[in-house]
Amino acid sequence: MEGGAEMKVMTIVQAVTDAIDIKLAEDSSVVAFGEDVGVEGGVFRATEGLQKKHGEHRVFDSPLAESAIVGTAVGMAMNGLRPVVEMQFCGFVYPAMNQIISHAARLHNRSRGRYKTPMVIRFPYGGGINALEHHSESMEAMYGHIPGLKVVIPSTPYDTKGLLISAIESDDTVIFMEPKRIYRAIKQEVPEEKYSIPLGKAKILSEGTDVTLVAYGAMIREAQKAVAMAKKDGISVELIDLRTIYPLDKQTVVESVKKTGRMVVVHEGPNTFGVGAELTAIVNENAFLNQEAPVVRVTGFDTIVPLPRGEHHYIISPEKIYYGIQKSVKF
Amino acid sequence: MFKEYSPLDDKLFQVMDNDGKIVNPAWMPEINDERLLKAFKDMLFARQADLMAVSYQRQGRMFTYPPNFGQEAISGGLAQVMREQDWLVPAFRELGAWLAKGATLKEVFLYFMGYEDGTVFEKAKNITPISVPIGSQLIHAAGIGYAINYKKEDSVVYAIVGDGGTSTGDFHEALNFAAVWNAPVVFIVQNNQFAISVPFKKQTRSINIAVKGVAYGMACIKVDGNDLFAMTRALKEAEAHAREGKGPVLIEALTYRRGAHTTSDDPTKYRTKEEEEQWSCTDPIDRLRKYLVSKNLWDTAGEESLLAEYKKEVDRQFEAAENYPPYPLEDVFKYLYVEMTDDLKEQKVEHEKFLKWKEGLK
Repeated sequence: MEGGAEMKVMTIVQAVTDAIDIKLAEDSSVVAFGEDVGVEGGVFRATEGLQKKHGEHRVFDSPLAESAIVGTAVGMAMNGLRPVVEMQFCGFVYPAMNQIISHAARLHNRSRGRYKTPMVIRFPYGGGINALEHHSESMEAMYGHIPGLKVVIPSTPYDTKGLLISAIESDDTVIFMEPKRIYRAIKQEVPEEKYSIPLGKAKILSEGTDVTLVAYGAMIREAQKAVAMAKKDGISVELIDLRTIYPLDKQTVVESVKKTGRMVVVHEGPNTFGVGAELTAIVNENAFLNQEAPVVRVTGFDTIVPLPRGEHHYIISPEKIYYGIQKSVKF
Repeated sequence: MFKEYSPLDDKLFQVMDNDGKIVNPAWMPEINDERLLKAFKDMLFARQADLMAVSYQRQGRMFTYPPNFGQEAISGGLAQVMREQDWLVPAFRELGAWLAKGATLKEVFLYFMGYEDGTVFEKAKNITPISVPIGSQLIHAAGIGYAINYKKEDSVVYAIVGDGGTSTGDFHEALNFAAVWNAPVVFIVQNNQFAISVPFKKQTRSINIAVKGVAYGMACIKVDGNDLFAMTRALKEAEAHAREGKGPVLIEALTYRRGAHTTSDDPTKYRTKEEEEQWSCTDPIDRLRKYLVSKNLWDTAGEESLLAEYKKEVDRQFEAAENYPPYPLEDVFKYLYVEMTDDLKEQKVEHEKFLKWKEGLK
């Protein structure tokens, strides 16, 4: 952060609005649209006030069809625009998967670089808000598996603004997943001016020597509580916020594990074939001899996120993360 | 025109009958003789190239190829209306339209020989790559159309799909979005009667495809797609409609796929010789030839030597494609992202190490 910059207290959802606002103001090729994005400003108010400020042709409601929202964004991108589209929930993206996988992610490859798809597909993800079915899922691993996409998940208002600005400026298609559980739970001083945070770079939130804890998105807050619990018991945890799922910052993770010899991974999404599995493989390939214990994965079950009355069974608590840390250090 | 030929009454817009006679002079498009002859020759060339593509494939010199045989008047009509600034959003069976937009035959062959390079269409302005997932490209057309309005450009988007594609959700979403946004898009359905083996009557209970546009509040018409004059006139009306800001148009072009779906398909399994013969009377090139001969514009005696010339040209372009350099490993990785990610760089290096190791085995 630059000294003397004007600061403003923001939540994550306000940081989303601010980033889109800044890009709309400085780049006439940027448009933002989706269901309820215009007049209402989105069901979570992530685009609130933007239509009034930038006009109906730049911030607008689309008909209700996810495939066409993503697909028309692909067409707009081919004809020189830089669309930022909203999918209402992570569990509502599936009708658009063909457009995402078959076109947004690979038009640049198919056309040998002639057509770029500079677009952001942003949506809230994760559980913990007592919602209906389809409103609580975390499918980042699925997007990370699709060649041609970049996948970003911020955990703080500051990172949200800087990463979203980078995502909008990226000439590749970026999946931008927003931790809706902490949309308004964290307030932070954020510079009012424009700044960007590079995609593909993890951040060490706290240094430690005994075990590496890797998390991202809404799990960072829970992980920080677990780190505090561990500290009381004399365990020094190095907490890494991955920030970008793909391309994944292998170096930061591997160097940390080389130092601590242990890794615990936390994510809300299902365990099997998840980000934790990928991180385990990365650590095995790059820090095999440094490991003092097997990787511990503290993740969602391989199940559907239960409806609110059962959701507490699924949700990852700081205690469960600490339990994972204990498992690792006591191995 | 769209009122006069309402698809609700299942009217078919036709200008020339199967014998090459003008039966609807009121709607005869203005095409001067020189342009008309060029259109005919381009259709002949496209057919020659198409027939030869099938035979190259049979000789094992090319992979799967989707023949255009019998559908040449649709591309022929497009060639009459497309301007440089207009967009062509193809599926994969519009050879004549690609060539008219500035793609080369060599590129088309390259694509079906297995090079992405072949669908770049380097010299053709505003053409999207060949799109395989059925119907999905139509949505891009609606988005391109939105951007045209946004940038206040004077362009029209021509987006193409087959009859099978009209059953996909993307077809309906594309029509709806384009209509709501008043996007200057002309959707053209090549209703060639088959989606691979599934006949048209199994795709829809609607009386025709054009009528589906009524539900989206857009202009729509069913056209004899084997009649170059009808196609040209309908496209010209659609172009004017879109450019005047009246929104998108849906054109159903009635035709018949005389060849197979692709070279991997065997039509004898799902249709009869009688049916094929019945449709062969409507062949777009035969009809136009009859018209030209009746107007003393064409001498069939000269056709054979012209075709021989075309054969040479097609062979020349095919050989140029065959002599294309081998597909470098680099190209597998290079274009996925604007800048190659570290993972991709690592995977490439690792594979190169393997190749070196493998060489050592010999």
